[in-house]
Amino acid sequence: MTVKVSLTVNGKPAAAEVEERTLLVSFIRETLRLTGTHVGCDTAQCGACTIHMDGQAVKSCNILAMQAEGKSITTIEGIASADGTLHPMQEAFRQNHGLQCGFCTPGMVMSAIDMLRHYPHPDEATIRAELDGNLCRCTGYHNIVKAIQAASQASA
Amino acid sequence: MATPYIGVPVQRREDLRFLTGAGNYTDDLTLPHQTHAVFVRSPHAHARIRSIKLERARAAAGVVGIFTGADVAAAKINGLPCGWLITGNDGKPMNEPAHPILALDTVRHAGDGVAVVIAETLAQARDAAEQVEVDYEVLPAVVDAVAALAPGAPLLHEGAPGNRCYTWDIGDKAGVDAAFARAAHVTTLEFVNNRLIPNAIEPRAVNASYSRADDSYTLYVANQNPHVERLLMCAFVLGLPEHKVRVVAPDVGGGFGSKIYLYAEDVVLTWASRQVNRPIKWTADRSESFLSDAHGRDHHTKAQLALDKDGQFLALRVNTTANLGAYLSTFASAVPTILYATLLAGQYATPVIHCEVTAAFTNTAPVDAYRGAGRPEATYVVERMVETAAREMGIDPAAIRRRNFIRSFPYQTPVALMYDIGDYEATLDRAIELADVAGFATRRSQSQARGKLRGLGYACYIEACGIAPSSVAGALGARAGLFEAGEVRVHPTGKVTVFTGSHSHGQGHETSFAQVVADRLGISMDDVEIVHGDTSKVLFGMGTYGSRSLAVGGTAIIKALDKVVAKGKKIAAHLLEAAETDIEFADGQFKVAGTDRSKAFAEIALTAYVPHNFPHDKLEPGLNENAFYDPSNFTFPAGTYICEVEVDPETGAVNIERFVAVDDFGNIINPMIVEGQVHGGLVQGLGQALNECGVYDSASGQLTTGTFMDYCMPRADDMPSFKVATHGTACTHNPLGVKGCGEAGAIGSPPALMNALTDALGVADFAMPATPQRIWATLQSKQQRKAA
Repeated sequence: MTVKVSLTVNGKPAAAEVEERTLLVSFIRETLRLTGTHVGCDTAQCGACTIHMDGQAVKSCNILAMQAEGKSITTIEGIASADGTLHPMQEAFRQNHGLQCGFCTPGMVMSAIDMLRHYPHPDEATIRAELDGNLCRCTGYHNIVKAIQAASQASA
Repeated sequence: MATPYIGVPVQRREDLRFLTGAGNYTDDLTLPHQTHAVFVRSPHAHARIRSIKLERARAAAGVVGIFTGADVAAAKINGLPCGWLITGNDGKPMNEPAHPILALDTVRHAGDGVAVVIAETLAQARDAAEQVEVDYEVLPAVVDAVAALAPGAPLLHEGAPGNRCYTWDIGDKAGVDAAFARAAHVTTLEFVNNRLIPNAIEPRAVNASYSRADDSYTLYVANQNPHVERLLMCAFVLGLPEHKVRVVAPDVGGGFGSKIYLYAEDVVLTWASRQVNRPIKWTADRSESFLSDAHGRDHHTKAQLALDKDGQFLALRVNTTANLGAYLSTFASAVPTILYATLLAGQYATPVIHCEVTAAFTNTAPVDAYRGAGRPEATYVVERMVETAAREMGIDPAAIRRRNFIRSFPYQTPVALMYDIGDYEATLDRAIELADVAGFATRRSQSQARGKLRGLGYACYIEACGIAPSSVAGALGARAGLFEAGEVRVHPTGKVTVFTGSHSHGQGHETSFAQVVADRLGISMDDVEIVHGDTSKVLFGMGTYGSRSLAVGGTAIIKALDKVVAKGKKIAAHLLEAAETDIEFADGQFKVAGTDRSKAFAEIALTAYVPHNFPHDKLEPGLNENAFYDPSNFTFPAGTYICEVEVDPETGAVNIERFVAVDDFGNIINPMIVEGQVHGGLVQGLGQALNECGVYDSASGQLTTGTFMDYCMPRADDMPSFKVATHGTACTHNPLGVKGCGEAGAIGSPPALMNALTDALGVADFAMPATPQRIWATLQSKQQRKAA
């Protein structure tokens, strides 16, 4: 069975006919060809697939595409300015070497942006606790924590 | 003159694409007429395949092809090769049972591949795979290496009696026995170095295609060494013409060793892409990664250290049983031998060492190199033994280390390696200062006042990077030399593309290698591009593992740069009408010595490509050079890690209060990248010590830690921030004076943490991973014993 899904993706309308069982992450990656959102575990443990849905960070591997009907989603491709200027969180990750292989990075950045909405000026312990839903195997988290601290200070 | 780049924390040029979702990982690629594969895997640890029925699966919607072990056998495809032949102490070669790419009649671990189902969509391939009916006769399984070697254990391979791959030894057994006979003190410990599952966040992925038009194959694969992948696959498994096979390892989301190897899935898809004449994509789901990626560690070791009355080491005796899993993975045999036992001298002048290793086959996923590969296991033995001996003899743990440090170089260890240089005292001193060891006693009593237990532990590690030289590796059983290749292509406008056989999957070579090249040529980094990971572009490569990229791959580039400069001098001499021997090259200028006459690098480049009047008998047009570099020795990074923990006896929770790492990596190209490598290594090592353990159920042989819910990956809130510093002694045998930094963190941190934890708990030993539940139980039973 297929179902039509219409939603807003990075500010633009998108619609497609997909199988009912299609996950939102597959819709984003395979149907829309926005491959910046990654799949690291398929079980909502690693957070590499984190996107924003109506302004909230969600793990897109754990949502059906049809659950996003009518919603507005933002992926990693949609957060820099139109002229290519990086989002302050992207810039902070770059400045602080908060990424190595880059695979967890889109999910980390999307989670971190959401984190600062809830905690505009988090201390280290808060950042670490809030990163609980995102796994990184390269950085040891040290520079990710630093990047998020820097981003929170930049937006002060 | 361009800014100097070496030693500067230049921001990474890779980051922009990764931060904006523009990375290009294997699974991101969808080819025209793409099909998708799903592997049918054994649910049993050990079983005979009675029959496979495919009728229902073949009839399922969207199925393009299904292949089993019988098809592979009919196509006369060989098994996967092992790259390192270990000769046992009986003088016989190791037992090397076949490693089929799809099981023919027997499955030997849960997750062993039985069939591949190829369909139009991934969902259809999954649906059809569920329709494959395999009738298994379940056999008894054995998952523990010691148990596998015991009489009567279930036998995995006819060709490996007693499940033994080899028993191998190194060192002077008689000398060690004699030294123990006159020892004033002997420290004895028995360890398990826990099995780890690498878990790069990008799962393994393959996209294989075949073109009838020119009879060629293209394999995109998440891999650390595409040329080796191609060589092994073409020459040993599929018998394909190598020039008709292109292997591309595009952006790769972490490897840590697990993506070095030639895996069955890579070969199956490459072969099958011709059978179905369509591109086939497979990306492991996380459960498949747990079941089928090569695991790491899994040693059982008994060790004894003999000391004189002053704490001088007299001898070290080590006996290790290593679990190799069900089949020999690409480098598996070398890890618990060549990469392990040769590191048992550590930073110390222990005069005699003997180590015997027995490697066993078990019904578990193959075990191979994982970040550190043998060296973490060796360092764990040495540093736990040294710390324990110090405590037993009432000697300060730093003092006993100082008493035994190697102080003059080069130093020949009793276990084959020749250390070129180091300064162990300096890294220890600096670490002690940064960790404020002087204030520890006060902090400990403050913890005590709060009902907490505090402990401090050291680890002084050494590692050997950039496996080398080829002649030595060959003598030790390596079936390939371990050099690296590099090519420097200077374009007519003076821009430079560098092709390296090293592969970057997080290490930032596109930045650090460009720093080296720009510095050497005196040009802007913006004028340098680094290309890697594609056999159609790069001339050859042994790839990235063992912290070898800069020391070996970087040096190959330096050699090619030297040739570029040498040719540039010839061109400059011709242009400036001077003798070639009078031309000097510095800061991007070719200059006639003692004059102000010079030509910039870009002018020479242009001349090379638009020569009007070259003396063609002496000078060819063009400026493109390549080089192969075979190192003369390993490099030997070393350092001191100090860990301070606080344990809550009410919950068993461990808090890492301080962690200081002082490393000697020789000269450093990009300190920002180096620090990042250390942080990542530290967390993998601390993960081993506190969180991670790959567990197979001994009765059923099932992997009970097969998801991120069961296998405890370190998360941000499990880990501290780190204090890291470096103190470099330049490597003596490569032109950059560099050593390698990728694995140090994972090597030195487990013993540092476990030394701190055993200090806090007041116990002689504690097994990794030190989970709160096990710590709590230990403290409870200790208290009960006290009360009784």
